[in-house]
Amino acid sequence: MSASHSVVLVYTVAHAIRIERLLAARGAACRLIPVPRHLSSDCGVCVRIDRADTPLARRVIAEAGLDIEGIAELR
Amino acid sequence: MTPLAGRVLYLDNAATSWPKPPGVAEAMTAFLADVGANPGRSGHRRAVEAARLVFDAREGIAELVGASDPLRVVFGANATEALNLALVGLLRPGDRVLCSSMEHNAVMRPLRALEQRGVGVDVVACSSTGELAVADVEAAMRPRTRVIVLTHASNVTGTILPVAAVGRLARDRGLLFCVDAAQTAGAVPIDVVADGIDLLAFTGHKGLLGPMGTGGLVLGDRVDPATLPPLKRGGTGSRSSEELQPDFLPDKYEAGTPNVVGLAGLAAAVRWVLDRGVADVRRHEIALTRRLLTGLAGIEGVTVHGPGDAERQTATVSFTLAGRDPAEVGLLLEEEHDVLCRVGLHCAPAAHRTLGTFPSGTIRFAPGVFTTAEDVDRAVAAVRSIAGGTR
Repeated sequence: MSASHSVVLVYTVAHAIRIERLLAARGAACRLIPVPRHLSSDCGVCVRIDRADTPLARRVIAEAGLDIEGIAELR
Repeated sequence: MTPLAGRVLYLDNAATSWPKPPGVAEAMTAFLADVGANPGRSGHRRAVEAARLVFDAREGIAELVGASDPLRVVFGANATEALNLALVGLLRPGDRVLCSSMEHNAVMRPLRALEQRGVGVDVVACSSTGELAVADVEAAMRPRTRVIVLTHASNVTGTILPVAAVGRLARDRGLLFCVDAAQTAGAVPIDVVADGIDLLAFTGHKGLLGPMGTGGLVLGDRVDPATLPPLKRGGTGSRSSEELQPDFLPDKYEAGTPNVVGLAGLAAAVRWVLDRGVADVRRHEIALTRRLLTGLAGIEGVTVHGPGDAERQTATVSFTLAGRDPAEVGLLLEEEHDVLCRVGLHCAPAAHRTLGTFPSGTIRFAPGVFTTAEDVDRAVAAVRSIAGGTR
């Protein structure tokens, strides 16, 4: 993990996989990772994305009608 | 092959399909041997892999039935559980529900239980071949009618009901439309959007060619999950800090550890069906059904119950033999000819009353996607031998 990444915090692992596949279909690199300790999440995993892909991620999530906990920058 | 495989001719695909396509047993074994973790309960890679397998099944089902959002595919044990979720969840005392007289007990028993709690149940009579007139559905609507529930195809006669026309009617009248696709998913093309289906109950182990213990409900856009309470509540791996059931999909309806070994098999099975194409499966089964109907028509004493037209039914064919108890014929088919089928009432007493075959029932042959023309000829020859001649 590095400062160039953000994580999408989700309510359930099914949403994480949905987001991962929607982003992958648009050519955005992402990965499911355990939620970093300093961030809270219910489901144990989150979607790590390149920080530059944050606007794309927000768009994809809105189009899919998904509620998420939020997007946090990794330090 | 198992010792049971041998010379046996399996014609009971309406009860459960067999054999399963290549890759299904392997996917289930691979999950147990190499993954084995609980999806959504942990963040480690095995748990994520298990969640991916479940999601593969979700995506496969969504693709197969034309649903745009895989998160609106919720899994359960079978079509019966899905129908209970839909009917018990949607109907309140004072509401009315419409169904056909060809329903399986998976529909009729929940409805009769709801009737005892004040839900009005209107059963639209089908013809003696099991066919439903859309005008009769329209005529049976009452001001308090809220839901129409129909089997897509009869498990007794294979008769295909006019779901797209009833779906349009339901939409015009602002009613919710629930379809029991236990006999059709994977065998007859389904498009939940084009057919106007709001709730589609499916089972994984028949035409979808997956294992038993898998099934679920596909929720259309017109169904607001806030108005559909879950059948069961419990752990989901999500919102663990809260004692109330999550309100988001699919977790709201998937409390408890899911049947991941089954869903891994289902994902592989649905992929096989998608690769082959439901339209191609349907063409094959129409050809088998036509051959079976033609063969049975040539046997003295045989009466086929149903449309008698391969285009208007699934590959399920019910018949009786004059003067013979179906149970006796079934036993002779197995003991003398190694033909396995199902006789009796098929968990559908309403359908048999409609057909005039209650209470003795019928003999049901249900070929499947792996049945061949030669198999059908062998089954017809067995019936001819038991009947003792030709017409």
